[in-house]
Amino acid sequence: MALNKMFGAIRGRAPSQKLARISSQMQSPSSLRSFCAAAKEMTVRDALNSAIDEEMSADSKVYLMGEEVGEYQGAYKISKGLLQKFGPDRVLDTPITEAGFTGIGVGSAFYGLKPIVEFMTFNFAMQAIDHIINSAAKTNYMSAGQISVPIVFRGPNGAAAGVAAQHSQCFAAWYGSCPGLKVLSPYSAEDARGLLKAAIRDPDPVVFLENEILYGEAFPVSAEVLDPSFVLPIGKAKIEREGTDVTVTAFSKMVGYALKAAEILEKEGINVEVINLRSIRPLDRATINQSVRKTNRLVTVEEGWPQHGIGAEICTSVVEESFDYLDAPVERITGADVPMPYAANLERMAVPQIEDIVRAVKRACSRSARGK
Amino acid sequence: MASCHAPQASFFPQISPPFSADTSSSPIVSCRFPCRYASLQVSSPSSGTFVPRAEEKTKTERNIFACAATASRLVAEKPAPTKKKTTITKEEGLVLYEDMVLGRSFEDMCAQMYYRGKMFGFVHLYNGQEAVSTGFIKCLKEGDFVCSTYRDHVHALSKGVPARSVMSELFGKATGVCRGQGGSMHMFSKEHGVLGGFAFIGEGIPVATGAAFKSKYEKEVLKNDKVDAVSVAFFGDGTCNNGQFFECLNMAALWKLPIIFVVENNLWAIGMSHIRATSDPNIWKKGPAFGIPGVHVDGMDVLKVREVAIEAIARARRGDGPTLVECETYRFRGHSLADPDELPEKAHYAARDPILALKKYLLQHNLADENELKSIQTRIDEVLEDAVDFAEASPLPPRSQLLENVFADPKGFGIGPDGRYRCEDPSFTAGTAQV
Repeated sequence: MALNKMFGAIRGRAPSQKLARISSQMQSPSSLRSFCAAAKEMTVRDALNSAIDEEMSADSKVYLMGEEVGEYQGAYKISKGLLQKFGPDRVLDTPITEAGFTGIGVGSAFYGLKPIVEFMTFNFAMQAIDHIINSAAKTNYMSAGQISVPIVFRGPNGAAAGVAAQHSQCFAAWYGSCPGLKVLSPYSAEDARGLLKAAIRDPDPVVFLENEILYGEAFPVSAEVLDPSFVLPIGKAKIEREGTDVTVTAFSKMVGYALKAAEILEKEGINVEVINLRSIRPLDRATINQSVRKTNRLVTVEEGWPQHGIGAEICTSVVEESFDYLDAPVERITGADVPMPYAANLERMAVPQIEDIVRAVKRACSRSARGK
Repeated sequence: MASCHAPQASFFPQISPPFSADTSSSPIVSCRFPCRYASLQVSSPSSGTFVPRAEEKTKTERNIFACAATASRLVAEKPAPTKKKTTITKEEGLVLYEDMVLGRSFEDMCAQMYYRGKMFGFVHLYNGQEAVSTGFIKCLKEGDFVCSTYRDHVHALSKGVPARSVMSELFGKATGVCRGQGGSMHMFSKEHGVLGGFAFIGEGIPVATGAAFKSKYEKEVLKNDKVDAVSVAFFGDGTCNNGQFFECLNMAALWKLPIIFVVENNLWAIGMSHIRATSDPNIWKKGPAFGIPGVHVDGMDVLKVREVAIEAIARARRGDGPTLVECETYRFRGHSLADPDELPEKAHYAARDPILALKKYLLQHNLADENELKSIQTRIDEVLEDAVDFAEASPLPPRSQLLENVFADPKGFGIGPDGRYRCEDPSFTAGTAQV
């Protein structure tokens, strides 16, 4: 089937064998959860810093470039200490020329260097989006495999606090629709470390969407996560919380909100399964569908705009593959369909909150033919 | 890596226009070659007559003149030039001639094939500009990089991509240099250092700058002394108003990257005249603003281009940084094969056809005779016949090729070669796991 082909090497089997393979894959998320038997805590900022540090130490072809990454220690202090450790030849402060330096990064990656291009936020990457899409994502295809582009574009994505319309856009859907890119969005420190290391080692262009609010948040990490060779697979979602009544998918900051909503709903007798997408492209349709077939209800959560968003794609995937298993229409929670307002109360209304998730889950649970 | 250095002006006084000390008479700095900007009609009925503003002798320009006067030890100040050109050997001359003939004949064949329906889409031909491509690329070594625009067939051919591969690519066949996946505008060859082939103007400039960055990084960070690759970016006059051009001039000068920015100024960006689009049409002057030498050269004369190229490439290889070279050239055909062919200055430039000029030079200086040159043309014709036959006979890409090459590694690093997740491997935390 054409659909199977689109999912790449992860899902190369016929549909009938798919579920058997999916269920064996399902062992890994639960075993991954054992990583969270915490030995210590780590902030997302430190996780990213340590990931870049370790990858730059291991491979001298990796270098970091962006605005303020060197002497300023990083606009959000993600690259703190790296200039001192690796020197100005490998941690480059660039002028404010996104199109130019992104293109330079791509050009250097054409023949084997491994740049990490930091955007102060992904909003500024719009000035460089020509290079992300046209010269990074498409080149392996246009050159028929001769030239691959092992580059990582990273930076904060989505809404922060009070930064208004031009600093708050979520780009997951835009980049997620482009073949040739891999798009990742971590939530916890473990995600941040594992996914960034995988992204740096990956031979293809990776868009790495972080979240400014999460930078300072600390998460428990196990010893395995702290190991320098720890990587997470690209294209695999994580079941953050197992449940039986409804599936909630989210990525980045919304995972935290979904988990809190799940705790609230637990008290009301609704058992929520929370999936942390981790990977926007390739999307882990197998895990999502497997979960929906178990719970029969789906709520997607994202901060971005509704039209053509991540939730739209997940909904379609579920409708295409697990239609008979759905007991209720899919609920989509997204940011409001407006540019981000500045006023604090308006901003709060423009982004999903925990109450919105709770309400949507209840709506999904009450619209069943069977009733619960 | 970042360092400031004093702006250098035209680094090659004997090649670039000798600046007329008196600029008050003509509104534009007079050039050795009758400056076409001064002689062209530039009025446009709708927008009023363009009146070039008087050149002011600013402090910077006086400095530039001063620099030109105290020329570097590499270059001696000379009076107005004589007709004597660089001496080349017979072999070099024939190499240049053959390359230009290949470029011209190839493009003519493309036009034929296009009108017969064998090629399709956007095809942009390079007729008339061969001196620029040949003049620069034949001075490069293997391992150097070339980055171009959509007008890239001849750059690929000059760099060494076989005519067969380029022709097949244009026909969209599986034996093309990019297996038919790129097309006319996207010629990539890793083996020959051709970095594309970009449809967006200005897009190739940062990519070429990145390749130059890679050379410098390999030398300084990876401590690989054998690397001295330089990068040449070809682009047009329209691109010189684009932000990415200026961004790259800045960064290349800032980081002293081994790159040569070659402007193929053919005066027209589709139908937009360079004069109507640019506040100061002298592109070579934009280099000194960033501390890069800016050179203007007659792009219809391959020997003059070659002279500048040798100097600029040597400069880059030494580590002295970038150069901006503006080549005055012209395209004999329309912007693309789908565009109208008649341009106002065509007759004037046809008289300066680079191939005929080189032929005349070779014959005059007894470096070759008619028969040798004819046999080159015959040989090239055969090469092209063979290329067309090869392309015709080649198969179309198989259906399975549609979904190939999207990723170099579709599974991503987190999944090992055996298909299992690396993080599930009990030994993955052994501490020194090799990538």
